[in-house]
Amino acid sequence: MKILCLIRQVPDAEAKVKTKASKMDFDGTTMALDGMDEYGVEQALRINEGGANTIAVALGSNRFEDAIRRALAMGIERAIHIETDTIFDVVSQAKILKAVVLEENPDIVFVGGQHADTDSQALGAALAEALEWNQITWTTELTLDNNQAKATHDVDDGKESLELTLPAIITTQQGLNEPRYPTLPNIMKAKKKELKKTTPAEYGISTSKVQIVAQEIQERARLNKLIDGKDPIAAAEQLIKLLHEEAKVI
Amino acid sequence: MILVQCEFDTKLKKSALELLGAAQKLGGDITAVLLGTGAGAVATEAAQYANQVLVCEDALLEPYTAKTFAKAIADLAEQAEATIVLLAGSRGGRELAPRVAVRLDAAYLEDATNIERIEGGLRIQHYAFLARVTETLEATAPIVVCSVKPNTQAIAETRAAGEIYEVELELTASGVNILGRIQEKTTRVALTEASLVVTGGRGLGSPENFALIEGLADVIGAGVGATRAAVDAGWRPYGEQVGQTGKTVQPNAYIAVGVSGAVQHLSGMGKSKNIIAINKDPEAPIFKVADYGIIGDLHTIMPALIDAAKKLRD
Repeated sequence: MKILCLIRQVPDAEAKVKTKASKMDFDGTTMALDGMDEYGVEQALRINEGGANTIAVALGSNRFEDAIRRALAMGIERAIHIETDTIFDVVSQAKILKAVVLEENPDIVFVGGQHADTDSQALGAALAEALEWNQITWTTELTLDNNQAKATHDVDDGKESLELTLPAIITTQQGLNEPRYPTLPNIMKAKKKELKKTTPAEYGISTSKVQIVAQEIQERARLNKLIDGKDPIAAAEQLIKLLHEEAKVI
Repeated sequence: MILVQCEFDTKLKKSALELLGAAQKLGGDITAVLLGTGAGAVATEAAQYANQVLVCEDALLEPYTAKTFAKAIADLAEQAEATIVLLAGSRGGRELAPRVAVRLDAAYLEDATNIERIEGGLRIQHYAFLARVTETLEATAPIVVCSVKPNTQAIAETRAAGEIYEVELELTASGVNILGRIQEKTTRVALTEASLVVTGGRGLGSPENFALIEGLADVIGAGVGATRAAVDAGWRPYGEQVGQTGKTVQPNAYIAVGVSGAVQHLSGMGKSKNIIAINKDPEAPIFKVADYGIIGDLHTIMPALIDAAKKLRD
C-alpha cells in the first residue's frame, strides 16, 4: 500500500504568537510539525511498518523543511517539498496537490483534521473533491483489509462508522494513535533521505484566490476579579452575587 | 444571487436561520436549498426567508455523504447562477463546503464570524492560529463559497413567501457505506447552543467528582463540558470536549472548574463573554483570561457554589 501524508509547519501550540503591522510575526516563535498531521504520519508508519512506500508532502515556505525532517525522522521514506512563500487558498492548494497525488498514485492520503495556523478543516475535503475521491474526516479508528477501509469518525452530533473502497482522503486527529518520538539514529538517517524540491509554478498555479488583508490579536480585556477561597461558603456566595448582579449571567 | 444550503431536521436548524439572516444582510436574491429526506416538509418554513426554495429528496441523498451532497449543491449553484454560496460552519458543513468550492472552481472562505460584500466578492473575519488571531480575508472571484461559524449571525427575518420548486438532480452513489451512527444524547442543553457552560478538567481528580459539575449545571441550566485531559482519561464522552479537537463554544458565561487553561482548551472557549475559573493553583493560565474566579479547593467550593446558586434560584 502506498501512503502520502500532507504535513505543515505551524507555531508550536505552547508558543506565544504575535503580530507586527497587522501581519503575523514569527520571529522568535518556536515552530513545529502540526500535531494534527503527526497522527497521519504515525498511522502511515503503523500501516507500512518500516516506512516503505510512505511519502510526506508539504506545500509552504522554506521553514517547512523542519517539519519535513521531523516526519522523515519519525520514519517516512521520502518527501516532496513544494516550496512557496505564497499562502494559497484551499482550492488552489487542492489543484497543486492533485497533480502530486496523480504522479504518486497512493491508496491513502492522510491530512490533519484541522490546521493549527489557518484553523482550517478544508484541505482534506478540497483535495478529495479535486481527485473525485471519498473522504473520511475526523477519523478516530481505522482498519484496512486490502483496499477496503473501515473507520469511525466524529460528526456533529456523535460518531459515525463507515466503510469504503480506497483510494480515499483520511483526515486525522487525537484518539487515532499516539505519535512516536523520533530516535536519535532515525534523526541522523532522516538527513540522508530523499527530499525533492519543486514549486507551485510547475503545476501551473501562481496566484491565490483569497488575500489575507489583516491579522490581529484581539484579546478581550478580562476583569480578573479573583476571590480567595479560604472560606468556601463566603467565596461561593460572593461569586454567585457577582454573576447575578454585575455580570448578569445567572 | 446567494445560494444557501440549509441544515434541517423536522424544521430548519438554527444554523440555517443564521445563514439566511447573513444572506438577508448581504442583500440580493436568496435561494434556499433543502436536500434529503424531509426537505419538502420544511420548504414552507424556508420560503418565509428566501425568494426561492429548491427542494430535492433524491434517494441518493440518504444517508448523507459529502461527495454526493457537494455535487448536488454545486449543480444547483450553477443552474441558479449563484455568485455566493453559504454553508454552515458546523463540522459537517466544513467537510462539505470545500468540495462545493472545488467543483465550482470558486474562492473558499471558511468559518466566517463576520461577512460583508466588497466589489466582486466578499470580505470576512475568521479566527486563526488556534483562535488567538482574528484574520480579515478578501476573495474576489466569480463565485465565492463561504462557511459561517455557528452562533455568530442574527437569525433571518420573515418576508413575503418565496416560490418553492421541486428539482431533479443527476446524482451518483458516493460508494461510501454508512454502517452506523451513535448519537450522543444529553438531557441538558446542547453545548454549542448553551448560554451557560460548566466545564470540568483534570483537577476534579475522578469521574465521580463530575457530579459537582453536573450539580451546578442543573441548578443554573447550563451545558456540561470537559477538557481533553478529562476525556482522554475516560471520565467523560468526547461529545463534551471543548477545545481545538472538540467543540468551540462562546456562551455568556463559561465556568471552568479544575481546568488549567492550556492553549488548545482556550482556543475552544476563549471568546466566551464571561470566563469564570475555579482552581487551587493561583498560577493556572486560566486565571489570566478569567473575569471572575475563586482560588481554592474545588471539592469544598463547588458544594458551596451549588448551595448559593440554589438559594438564588429559589
